[in-house]
Amino acid sequence: MRMREAVIEALRAEMSADPSVVFMGEDVAAAGGVFKTSDGLLAEFGPERVRDTPISEMGFLGAAVGAAMTGLRPVVEIMFVEFLGVALDQLVTQGAKMRYLSGGEYTVPLTVRASVGAGLGFGAQHSQVLETWMIGTPGLTLAVASGAESAYGLLRAAIRHDDPVVILEPRSLYGTRESFDAAASSIRLGEARTLCRGKDVTIVGLGSTSSIALEAAGRADGWNAEVIDLMTLQPWDKIHVLESVAKTGHLVVIEEGPHAGGWGTEIVSHVASSAFESLKAPPLRITAPDVPVPFGKELEASYVPSVDYSVDQVSTLLATGEVPAPWWAERLGRDQ
Amino acid sequence: MTGHPELSMQRRSQLKQSPVARWERMVEIRRVEDRVMELFSEGLVHGTTHTCQGQEAVAVGVAAVTEPTDHVVCTYRGHGMALAAGVPVAGVIGEIMGKVTGTAGGVGGSMHLSDPTVGLLPTMAIVGAGIPIAAGAALSAKLLDTRGVAISIFGDGATNIGAFHEGINLAAIWNLPAVFVCENNLYGEYSPIHTTTAVGDIAERAASYGIEGQMVDGQDVDAVMAAVGNAVMAARGGAGPQLLEMKTYRFSGHSRADPGAYRPPGELEEWQRRDPIGLAAARLLEAGASQAELDAIRLSVDNSVEAVIEATVAARSPGVEAMFRHVWVDEDG
Repeated sequence: MRMREAVIEALRAEMSADPSVVFMGEDVAAAGGVFKTSDGLLAEFGPERVRDTPISEMGFLGAAVGAAMTGLRPVVEIMFVEFLGVALDQLVTQGAKMRYLSGGEYTVPLTVRASVGAGLGFGAQHSQVLETWMIGTPGLTLAVASGAESAYGLLRAAIRHDDPVVILEPRSLYGTRESFDAAASSIRLGEARTLCRGKDVTIVGLGSTSSIALEAAGRADGWNAEVIDLMTLQPWDKIHVLESVAKTGHLVVIEEGPHAGGWGTEIVSHVASSAFESLKAPPLRITAPDVPVPFGKELEASYVPSVDYSVDQVSTLLATGEVPAPWWAERLGRDQ
Repeated sequence: MTGHPELSMQRRSQLKQSPVARWERMVEIRRVEDRVMELFSEGLVHGTTHTCQGQEAVAVGVAAVTEPTDHVVCTYRGHGMALAAGVPVAGVIGEIMGKVTGTAGGVGGSMHLSDPTVGLLPTMAIVGAGIPIAAGAALSAKLLDTRGVAISIFGDGATNIGAFHEGINLAAIWNLPAVFVCENNLYGEYSPIHTTTAVGDIAERAASYGIEGQMVDGQDVDAVMAAVGNAVMAARGGAGPQLLEMKTYRFSGHSRADPGAYRPPGELEEWQRRDPIGLAAARLLEAGASQAELDAIRLSVDNSVEAVIEATVAARSPGVEAMFRHVWVDEDG
């Protein structure tokens, strides 16, 4: 199943199971979504439950918050995560705080799906990941899909969850196939999963970088990596990561976004603070440079951490016991 | 402390039937607001507060023609609406004073009152934010077929933010059962509305969404009730949203810190001659009520508000554990 089909299947399953689930977004109904992540749902569930909206994110995200507080379980598609910029108030300052401000009497069972990431040549304003906009907001759960299985499992769990959940879906993966047994899906919010076991280094990936980490582990020469797909970034699965690092003694985080303030800082900081004695070397963050996502094909390919680059970085870390400089420091003579 | 749907229903029905009940409720709101300002001066409340003296007729008029099963989405200037809808005085004052008796147990404060039992969504402290949220509550009412209506209450200052445009547009194209009530009190925070807004009347803006707009004398509780009543009935009947502009005035500044020095001399006094409580009282006296009767009601309201304040001052402040509750569903489970 392709990831975009997994999204449709998850929506279909939850909409069939619960009549209060409604789905809205720009061009999601008649057109089936610009990434075809809702193809066929309008025909199956009708225009009341599958709604095209105006290009008006603050309006329809706000409406979804209000609908969630009053009996519906809305799922909202934000076509490109960048468009959340014009609606962030409704998510961070309204939706995430309604439970708190009502003494637990109003809940916001809202799911927001947004496509993220580089790799499709969409340029600086349509290629960001932007997880950092949403971490650090108590009350808001944030998950990132890494393929068809996690997109399916996370979305179903999010729709059933009684707090607002944001699910980020890497755009470059919508067409990627992954076979899995939907009926046996056991993915839960807040739980990471181990993609492969290993003894020398723990590599944590999220979204698009989980498969990069897995491929890097497959190409490793002389070392053996345990790869964790974090899946939920807030709240993230601390125990899962700490248990792995206790075993391997090395932590590497691969992030698609810019280095400064990236989500990996949270992981590295927590592990360094609470499991310092189990680390045999400083933790390593493999990230993009601190620049907007460039358009040119080769530029964009260089921007995102590649499998080869990740293998090199991890190999150097394990060989020297020191964090290697990022590629742009070597090429451009710039600090990370 | 939150209310009770049946009590709220009874109270609203009284408001609808009885001009005396409407006057009494306005008197209660005024008393609470005046006392809240005093409590701040006495150092018994911290932070800020936004009171609604002068605008009581809007809150009471809205409450009189809505039900506890409707949804009211109001702003940080929301004490009056909360009281009119049926939130107990103790819940309102408790929250303003940050006590365990408040509607959110003291974690919300003056700007964040909430009570689902009377249909009051958490009042919102970001200008305009409630407008799309009200559209969403109206969407729920429509899709769940509750025959409910969502009332969105906001100031003139909210009509220049994107949420106003997006929320009303959405309600209009989806024909949602919503009523948008703008309290035009002539100032967005400290700025006169004519310096920030090119149209003379906010109601004119309804035309750009293809919905009906109407100007209403916001000082006259009966006029508010009639206009909101018609709009609510239309929305309930499937005729879609309307925009009602209440011409009103706040007798206080924007917030506790604002003495309202930007107002031209004489303006406040001119509006005070059209005090909604005074207008309603004159009408009651004309219809045969006695001054002694009204005085007795006022005294009883003052006494009961005072008793609540006394109890609230004595009430517990929340312990530190309160800040950790109701953040995530898992902890509430």
